[in-house]
Amino acid sequence: MAAPASYLQIRDVVKDFGTGSLAVDHVSLDIHKGEIFALLGPSGCGKTTLLRMLAGFETPTAGEILLDGQPLGGLPPYLRPINMMFQSYALFPHLSVRENVAFGLKRDGLPRDEVAGRVDAMLRLVQLRGYEQRKPHQLSGGQQQRVALARSLVKRPQLLLLDEPLGALDKKLREETQVELVNIITEVGVTCVMVTHDQEEAMNMASRMAVMNEGCVLQVGRPGEVYETPASRFVADFIGNVNLMDGAVAVDEPDYVEIDCPDCRHHVGHGITGHVGMAVTVAVRPEKIRLSRERPLGLHNQVRGTVRDKSYFGSFTVYHLVLASGAVLKVSESNVDRFREDAPEEGQEAWAAWSSTAQVVMAP
Amino acid sequence: MTPAGRPLHATLLDRLVSHPMVRRHGRATLIGVPYGWLLAFFLLPFLIILKISVSEMEEVTFQDLVTWQDGRLTLALQLRSYLAILGDRLYLVTYLISLKYAAVTTVLCLAIGYPFAYFMARARPAAQPALLMLVMLPFWTSFLLRVYAWKGLLMEGGLVARGLGALGLGAPAAALGLIPAEGLWLNTPFSLVVGMVYTYLPFMVLPLYATLAKLDVRLLEAAADLGATPWVTFWKVTVPLSTAGIIAGAMLVFIPCIGEFVIPELLGGPSTLMIGRVLWDEFFSNNDWPMASAVAVTVILLIIVPLALFNRYQAEAREVRR
Repeated sequence: MAAPASYLQIRDVVKDFGTGSLAVDHVSLDIHKGEIFALLGPSGCGKTTLLRMLAGFETPTAGEILLDGQPLGGLPPYLRPINMMFQSYALFPHLSVRENVAFGLKRDGLPRDEVAGRVDAMLRLVQLRGYEQRKPHQLSGGQQQRVALARSLVKRPQLLLLDEPLGALDKKLREETQVELVNIITEVGVTCVMVTHDQEEAMNMASRMAVMNEGCVLQVGRPGEVYETPASRFVADFIGNVNLMDGAVAVDEPDYVEIDCPDCRHHVGHGITGHVGMAVTVAVRPEKIRLSRERPLGLHNQVRGTVRDKSYFGSFTVYHLVLASGAVLKVSESNVDRFREDAPEEGQEAWAAWSSTAQVVMAP
Repeated sequence: MTPAGRPLHATLLDRLVSHPMVRRHGRATLIGVPYGWLLAFFLLPFLIILKISVSEMEEVTFQDLVTWQDGRLTLALQLRSYLAILGDRLYLVTYLISLKYAAVTTVLCLAIGYPFAYFMARARPAAQPALLMLVMLPFWTSFLLRVYAWKGLLMEGGLVARGLGALGLGAPAAALGLIPAEGLWLNTPFSLVVGMVYTYLPFMVLPLYATLAKLDVRLLEAAADLGATPWVTFWKVTVPLSTAGIIAGAMLVFIPCIGEFVIPELLGGPSTLMIGRVLWDEFFSNNDWPMASAVAVTVILLIIVPLALFNRYQAEAREVRR
């Protein structure tokens, strides 16, 4: 498959608020037509500033942004073919649902019939027929979110920006709405850049994502790629849970390497290489580790410890295993059986084991 | 100091607050204080004025309204004054003049105060207290002194008068009928409006500022994002969302302006006879207290009735929104 052409190009963009560090530090990204691209990072990482530069609310200190080959520099927000769904929606409180959605179309001076037709079609798409005359404060959070979506889609923007689109909803509704939102965006076929600090939201909704920290993009990729092959300690730690162990390469053979860590020797059986003595960090996700009371057979990677905490989450249980060095190993066991007979209890000794393909090895 | 080592007033306050009566009726007590005040110093005097307005005057005393005459209870209501108000054009004309200048003052205060409050609300947060201070600074000097100062500034040879003349504004102002002739700024409709706008501007700025400072900037961004130019955003978003401040400011300026006495007295001229002056004359020149009271009652009713209707409309609008 040929690489899709870049639709939104962010070229070496810098934003300096004069605070001593750069809010956005030489970021370059290529976003393809029709994809949902997520900017993910902790608060203050520069993702919102980058989004606001796309919308035109901030001017880049340096660098260039091109949409469909056209530079956006110097265009005020009201002239950009870009619409944004704001965090907590920013619906106009003095206007009805219908007037909120029609606001953008009226600014374009479209004929009254066309405005009415497009507003109706959009309200049907987001399932808000019958709510036209309500004011925003008479709607539930989920309904407000759909008005905001309708308002930002009705002008058929070339680029849709979502700023923490579901941040104001409670957990259950958020999960339902994620799927619904992706369906609507896909149906409309608009290219979309979203900002979120919620990794589950990013992984569930986005076709690709960029992980940001301190103004820099650390890694770009499909959600699965970023999760399974994090490129750095920060990404591994920020996306999901992880056990990080520092060590050094002890054996370097063509088909495997062994890495010495304080509590165990890692046997890594996939295509990595390095020289003996090289300092590395090994990352293992908790769900890739099996826990048992008896010593497991056959697996290279195993370590013994004492269960300090056992937290039951319903679909899975998280164990905190204290190892010989005092380090804590997180293990997540899926609760496949309703009542597992041999599950280790708090205070008991247990063996943790993982396969030789479970680890990610990265620079320390 | 009390044995507990606390200041006496704090102890007394504690005693008061923990008194069973206060504990049981705390809410009513708190609400009752301002109501009591209004009852004692507004409603009672108003009722006295109302009584005077329908009484017959005998030298220096008033006839009793209700008397026991020939074994019958007699109510002597004297409506002469009210009929006189309806009959004499003077009252109607001065009342309309008062309305006119109050309206002109309100509109000018809004036109000057809105941009001022807008930029104050949009200024750097660190600069806002200083700007707010500047608005309130005039209150530190007596209102009377400041109005007198305008007399000096606007009289012939005064600083502002000379400045306005130098700017060539004399001829247009005279042509518009704001002043009788070039150079004569004082004791004209012009000087009256200058004094009223100057005095009441802070009462317009403060509620507007309070409303505009609360306005969510993201709504303005959302409007821009949807294609509204700053000008359109101002009219379609900022102004509708600051109506509460506009109404509050307009009320605070308009109502006292109608009854204003001091400013027309000091800065107004022969063509700016306002209802406050008429009231003064009835009381202190003509000594016709029933007549003066009738004028006062009429003015209050003419202000209160539209105000009450407006408040009811507002309350209904709020009810609908809920």
